Amino acid sequence: MTAVATQSAELAIVAHDLTRRFGNFTAVDHITFDVKAGEVFGFLGANGAGKTTAIRMLTGLLAPTEGSARVAGLDLKTQTEQIRHRIGYMSQRFSLYEDLTVLENIALYGGIYGLADSEIAERSASMLSALGLTDEMVSRLPLGWKQKLAFSVALLHEPAIVFLDEPTGGVDPITRRQFWEMIYAAAARGTTVFVTTHYMDEAEYCDRISIMVDGRIATMGTPLDLKREFDVPSIDELFVRLARPA
Amino acid sequence: MISTLAAFVTKEVRHILRDRQTLTILLLMPLVQVVLFGYALRSDVRNVRLAIVDPSPDYATLALRDRFQAAGRFTVVVTDKSMSRIEPLFRKGKIDLAVSLDRDFAARVESGEPARILIAIDASDPNTGSTMQAYARAVIVEYEQDLGSRGSPPVRIDPQVRMRFNPTLESVNLFIPGLIALVLTLVSALMTAISLSREKERGTLEILLVSPLRPWQIIVGKVLPYLGLAFANVLTALLAAWLIFHVPFRGSVTLLLVESIIYSMVSLAIGVLVATRTATQRVAMLVALLATMLPSTLLSGMVFPLASMPRVLQLLSNVVPAKWFIIIARGIMLKGVGLTHLWMETLVLVGMTLAFMLIAVRSFKARVA
Repeated sequence: MTAVATQSAELAIVAHDLTRRFGNFTAVDHITFDVKAGEVFGFLGANGAGKTTAIRMLTGLLAPTEGSARVAGLDLKTQTEQIRHRIGYMSQRFSLYEDLTVLENIALYGGIYGLADSEIAERSASMLSALGLTDEMVSRLPLGWKQKLAFSVALLHEPAIVFLDEPTGGVDPITRRQFWEMIYAAAARGTTVFVTTHYMDEAEYCDRISIMVDGRIATMGTPLDLKREFDVPSIDELFVRLARPA
Repeated sequence: MISTLAAFVTKEVRHILRDRQTLTILLLMPLVQVVLFGYALRSDVRNVRLAIVDPSPDYATLALRDRFQAAGRFTVVVTDKSMSRIEPLFRKGKIDLAVSLDRDFAARVESGEPARILIAIDASDPNTGSTMQAYARAVIVEYEQDLGSRGSPPVRIDPQVRMRFNPTLESVNLFIPGLIALVLTLVSALMTAISLSREKERGTLEILLVSPLRPWQIIVGKVLPYLGLAFANVLTALLAAWLIFHVPFRGSVTLLLVESIIYSMVSLAIGVLVATRTATQRVAMLVALLATMLPSTLLSGMVFPLASMPRVLQLLSNVVPAKWFIIIARGIMLKGVGLTHLWMETLVLVGMTLAFMLIAVRSFKARVA
C-alpha cells in the first residue's frame, strides 16, 4: 500500500525536551526522541525511571511541565482531542470490565470510539475468531487471554499508534510469545507500537529501544547497534550497566 | 458524541443489572426502610402506666375507668381525686398517661352535654406519646359509642390532650419525607462514589480518559443510570408509605418526583466529588457515608427538629441539601402546597445541584484527567 509506504517515512511521535515535575521531583527530565511510523519502539527503564509518566504525557493523561511533542502528527498541547481518536492505550493494569462479556467490552469501546454498529459487529467477529475466544464473561478468562483481548480492544479503532505499558506483566512465556506475534502483526499493518517492558528479552524484539534512567533517556538505538556500541552480549547486560552506574 | 455517551451509559446499566445482589438491596432498601422506620416509630406500646383523676366517682366514671382497665394496654397505677397529686408522679416518670375526668362528668353524660376529659401524656418520646394518645382516645370513643347506643340522649365526650415535654408532635407522616431523602442520598451519593472510584482503582478510568470520551460524558454516564434507580426508589418509598402507613398525599405527585430528581442530582454530584478526591473504593464509601448520611439524618430536621438545635447547627443545616428537600417533600405531601410556596427551597436545591456539579466536573478534570 502506498499510504503505508509514505507513512513509514513519517514520524509517529516526536518528543522535544518533554519534562514533568511533581513539586521538586522531576519525574521526566527533558527527554527528546522520535518514533517512526510503523516501528516497534521499546521504552525501557527501571521502576521509577519515569516510563509511566512519559507514557501518560504522550497519551494526554498528564500535562507536560515543559517541552513539546507531536503524536500522530498532531500537537500534544493544542490537538489533544484529535490525538485521542488516533491512539490506543493499554495500561499496566488489566483494564477491561470483568463483569461484562467479551462482546460487551468490545461494543463499549467501539461505541466510545464512534464505530458504527455494523463495524463493531464485523470487528468483534474477526477478533473472536482470531483469538479463538467465545463470548463469555471476561472474569472467567485466564490472564494471558485477558491481556491479548485487551490489546486487541486497544487496536479496535485502528489507531495510528498504540501505547502498551508493560503489557506482558505476570504472563507466562508462551503467552508472551503469542503477544509479541500480535505486536508484530499490528506493526505489519502499519500501526506504530510504543511499548514499555521489564523483560529484556522482549527488548530484543523491538525495532529500536531507549533506556530511561532517572528521568532521562540514557541511550537509544536498535538493539544490535546498542550491543555493539557498549560491547555487551545482551540488552539485559546493558540495562544493568546503565541503570546502576559503577 | 451521542453514540459515544450511549455506549458508556449502556455499559453502566450493564454493571448495575449484573450485580444482582447490590441491585436487589438497592431496590428493596426503600421498602425495608419505610417499613422498619415506620413500625419502629409507631411501635406497639404496652403497659402504659395510667393515672386516673376522678374527683366525683359515679357509675358513669367507674364504667369508663373499667374500660381503661379492660383495654389491656393500660396498667392503672394510681387513682386520685385531684390532679395536683398526679403532677409530681409525671415529673418523676412514674406514669405515662393521666386521664382526668371533670367534676361534673357523670352529670353531663347523663344530660347529653359534652363531658370533658383531660388527657395528659408524657411525650418525651413523641412517637410513643402519639401512640398512647391514640389508645386513650380509642377507649373513650368506644365508651361513648357504647353509652350512646343504650341511652336516649347521645353522649358526647370532649377529650382535651396535653402533650407534656414535647408539644410539637413528630409522627410517621413527618418522617416519610426524611426517609425518601435518606434513600435517595444513599443510592445516589454512595453508589456513584463507589462506581467511579472502582474505575479509578481498577485502572479502567485511565483507558476511558485516553479515549475520546470527555470528562463530562463520563460523569453524565455514571450519573444517569443511578438517577433512574433513585427514581424507582422514590416510587417504592412513596407507595410503601401510602399503602402501609396511609401517609397522606395532598399535593402534586409530579412536582414531588421532579423535586426528587433535582435532589438526587445534588447527591450524585456529591458522590462524583467524593470519588474524585479519594484514592480507593473503601475510602470513597466511608467519606460518602460521612458526608451525606450523617448530615442528611441529623442536620436535616428528619429526626431532630432544627428549631431546637443550637444556632450554629441551625446555620450549618442550611448547606445540607436534605434539609431543603425535606421541607419541600413535607410541604407537598402533608400540606399539599405547590411551587408557589416552595420556589425558594427549590431554587436552593437547583443552585446546589449546579454548584456541586460544577465543582465535581472541575475536581474530576483537575484530579483525574
